[in-house]
Amino acid sequence: MFSLDLQTVLPEVILSVYAMVALMAGVYTTKDKSAGLLIWATAAMFTLMAFLIATREGTDPAFFNSFIDDGFARFAKVTILLSAAVVLVMSQEYLARRNLLRFEYPVLVTLAVVGMMVMVSAGDLMVLYMGIELQSLAMYVVASLRRDSEKSTEAGLKYFVLGALSSGLMLYGASLVYGFAGTTQFEGIFIATALGAPLGLIFGLVFLMVGFAFKVSAAPFHMWTPDVYEGAPTPVTAFMATAPKVAAIALFARVVYDGFGGVVGDWQQIVAFLSLVSVFWGGVAAIGQTNIKRLMAYSSIAHMGFALMGLASGTAFGVQAMLIYMAIYVTMNIGTFAFILSMERDGRPVTDINALHMYSRYAPMRALAMLVLLFSLAGVPPMVGFFGKLYVLRAAYEGGLTWLAILGVIASVIGAFYYLRIVYYMYFGEEREALDTGTSPLLWGVLMASAAVMVFGVINLFGIEPLAAAAAATLVN
Amino acid sequence: MGNLLSLTTFIPLLGAGILALFLRGDDAAAQRNAKWVALATTVFTFLVSLFILADFDPAAPGFQFVEDRQWLLGLRYKLGVDGISLLFVMLTTFLMPLVIAACWDVTHRVKEYMIAFLVLETLMIGVFVALDLVLFYLFFEAGLIPMFLIIGIWGGKNRIYASFKFFLYTFLGSVLMLVAMVAMFAQAGTTDIPTLMAYNFSSQTFPILGVQILGGVQTLLWFAFFASFAVKMPMWPVHTWLPDAHVQAPTAGSVVLAAILLKMGGYGFLRFSLPMFPVASEIWAPLVLWLSAIAIVYTSLVALVQKDIKKLIAYSSVAHMGFVTAGIFALNQQGLDGAVFQMISHGFISGALFLGVGVIYDRMHTREIDAYGGLVNRMPAYAAVFLLFTMANVGLPGTSGFVGEFLTLMGMFQANTWVAAVATTGVIFSAAYALYLYRRVVMGDLIKESLKSITDMTAREKWIFAPLVVMTILLGVYPSLVTDITGPSVAALVDQVEVAVAAHGSQSAVAAAEVAAPAQH
Repeated sequence: MFSLDLQTVLPEVILSVYAMVALMAGVYTTKDKSAGLLIWATAAMFTLMAFLIATREGTDPAFFNSFIDDGFARFAKVTILLSAAVVLVMSQEYLARRNLLRFEYPVLVTLAVVGMMVMVSAGDLMVLYMGIELQSLAMYVVASLRRDSEKSTEAGLKYFVLGALSSGLMLYGASLVYGFAGTTQFEGIFIATALGAPLGLIFGLVFLMVGFAFKVSAAPFHMWTPDVYEGAPTPVTAFMATAPKVAAIALFARVVYDGFGGVVGDWQQIVAFLSLVSVFWGGVAAIGQTNIKRLMAYSSIAHMGFALMGLASGTAFGVQAMLIYMAIYVTMNIGTFAFILSMERDGRPVTDINALHMYSRYAPMRALAMLVLLFSLAGVPPMVGFFGKLYVLRAAYEGGLTWLAILGVIASVIGAFYYLRIVYYMYFGEEREALDTGTSPLLWGVLMASAAVMVFGVINLFGIEPLAAAAAATLVN
Repeated sequence: MGNLLSLTTFIPLLGAGILALFLRGDDAAAQRNAKWVALATTVFTFLVSLFILADFDPAAPGFQFVEDRQWLLGLRYKLGVDGISLLFVMLTTFLMPLVIAACWDVTHRVKEYMIAFLVLETLMIGVFVALDLVLFYLFFEAGLIPMFLIIGIWGGKNRIYASFKFFLYTFLGSVLMLVAMVAMFAQAGTTDIPTLMAYNFSSQTFPILGVQILGGVQTLLWFAFFASFAVKMPMWPVHTWLPDAHVQAPTAGSVVLAAILLKMGGYGFLRFSLPMFPVASEIWAPLVLWLSAIAIVYTSLVALVQKDIKKLIAYSSVAHMGFVTAGIFALNQQGLDGAVFQMISHGFISGALFLGVGVIYDRMHTREIDAYGGLVNRMPAYAAVFLLFTMANVGLPGTSGFVGEFLTLMGMFQANTWVAAVATTGVIFSAAYALYLYRRVVMGDLIKESLKSITDMTAREKWIFAPLVVMTILLGVYPSLVTDITGPSVAALVDQVEVAVAAHGSQSAVAAAEVAAPAQH
């Protein structure tokens, strides 16, 4: 029995052991010299685990249902692992050039990824909390990776203080839930709410959801996002914008369906509210931003709002829409951050969108790829981003949330403005001092690949649809 | 020839791909190559589209050349043409070579310019041949991207404002349509346009927040589509993006915008609003008729006082589109025939007028009416061509403009005499502003120093105008060319609307009787 359980958590165990070994190796050998190699090794490790997980089938509960390996978890894990691998590889050159390439970085990222994998597989509030903390603590440290920069340390500290606050709220909610349900296992909570949830349990659920909203950076709990995105080194920002978001929103879905699937009406309004405020605030607040990293922070808030729209619908199709939306979102963001990482002038990173004046003049291919990504982020067809929106809109309509769908599309028009503003700088602006063009071929490749996915995905979304449907079916039944 | 429509749709995209991938450099030779590749592509597309026209059977009212493939999310990649859409496809493929030829003198980022137009052509044709809701939306919305870039990169001084206004205005209009499409998909379980045309959306009155919605679901969906198409048309009062976009767009962009993009709104009404929501169309027709009448008179008056030639023609376009919407919502054979005819004819005429402005703009680099005067003295050929299209714009018998206006007015008269009366005054106003413009620009003595050395049209420019002149006069004297093709499809559409409205009438009568029945007991 125990060995079967271990088999279920094998990928997590392998990654944890790998992290320890890498840490030891880093400490006892030449330290940072091998960090570049370690990044590649870690990325390879992630990819390997993604394949390992993708080959699994069926639903495997382990450790008395406190850890669940099912189709839903696997979909989220594969997305997390692959995006983390790509982002790690992308960051290598940037970090090396700025003397930030420390061996701790891949180790911490590995630990964060393990935390995320535990999060999406959690079947118990304790396991959930362990996953979240493992992920968060690792992220607090990498956010302040650049120790000598005020902004970076500020970002780390802010992230830590607000993250700790949200963890506190979550723990409080968890204890309320435990008190009223008599168990921390989702299965038990589900049974306890079979005849409707008592008020105390709903109270606990609300606190839990506030904590999750912090983690997915849904408005009105998004305040940390712009500052942390801006302050953290760009590769770290890229990482924060992708994998942890998938993990957090998958966890959100896991708790509300596995634990509170019987009382959909009780949490549906909260999620719908979070979704509405996020899409509007993400759209409106980004208009005044001049820093592309801050802008991407607000953009991610708006996108989380759309993903939550799928969750709010309370149907299996809604979860499917959410998963597809997240997969598309991650792909778009990887491409966009590959572009942001390559924005440099005289070897120094630039994050002001003013610097993009007439970018299309001297880097036409890159500008075109970015154009595709921006229109995809804005949800303009035929880019794949549009289909993500189509899925969640349909889910919202079928879940009886037509008002949310209508307000959501109006918000997406507001949001389109700031994406267009970047296009404006790149294509319509005036000739100014140019950015460097001869940056890494790797970033170029990632950018192009991401843009190509956005265009050619229109054919069949690379077959992701049935996978997401199967994943959603295991969660909602 | 099973996929003739796909072929026609995607040849321009292929041309754009070739340009993007294989053409390097930005010297004169590369620019010339880009133009020739683009011209060859558009001409080839036109030739391919002629096969569609040749094989098309006008007597059959249904969709022809249908292609149907599985797509994601239960959507279908489905294309097809009927008598209504075929003409718009032909209009597009016919005009695009002229548009490319009209931007022969552009030197700024030529390759990208050509790519933008070729991509735009694919998207425009796609709009007219798509037989799946989401596929239609995809083409419809994607067209904003190249047009946004065309205005923003190659436009005039105030191009940034105009391009943003254009994009956001039309984007806001169409996202509501997207929600309506999602709703239709969920209700009918399909996005197939022919199936949806036959699907009976509920027209039962129901309350929302205490307000009784006349026409029920149909009304809500109808308004969502209306928001999009009215902006695209554009109808008064949501027309304000158009003058800005036209004035700032480069000549070729203006031509495409006026001649083809505006027609998407009218096409949308014919393809979606009327057949899918017949009851709502019937209920709200008076609203559209009056909005159109206001548009015709108001924008004609506004056109009278314009100082910028392009702006004047832009307002005149809005007025002419007013005839189209009024003709469509007259909901009878003459009105609909007239609306389609007016759209096709306006495609040639407004295209030619914007090209005409382009001719003198290229020479003088100003669009101020005051900067011109007496052009006839040095540009006789230009004066003749411009006269013809000015007259066609006014609706002189013998030109295609007359047929369209006459038919739509006839349809309007049957539907609502007062609207027809108001709209007819628009014809007089249009004569006023068009002739006033012509007098100030072309007639009189040539006294301006700057105009003394202006040259007449080159051979290239004459060749661009020649096909447009031919089509305008041909359609003016032999309108059956268009009405023979549209007739059966339009007749089927009118029948369908009438049947649905009658069915709704009897249903409401039954419902009313049921409500009244208990009272009698």
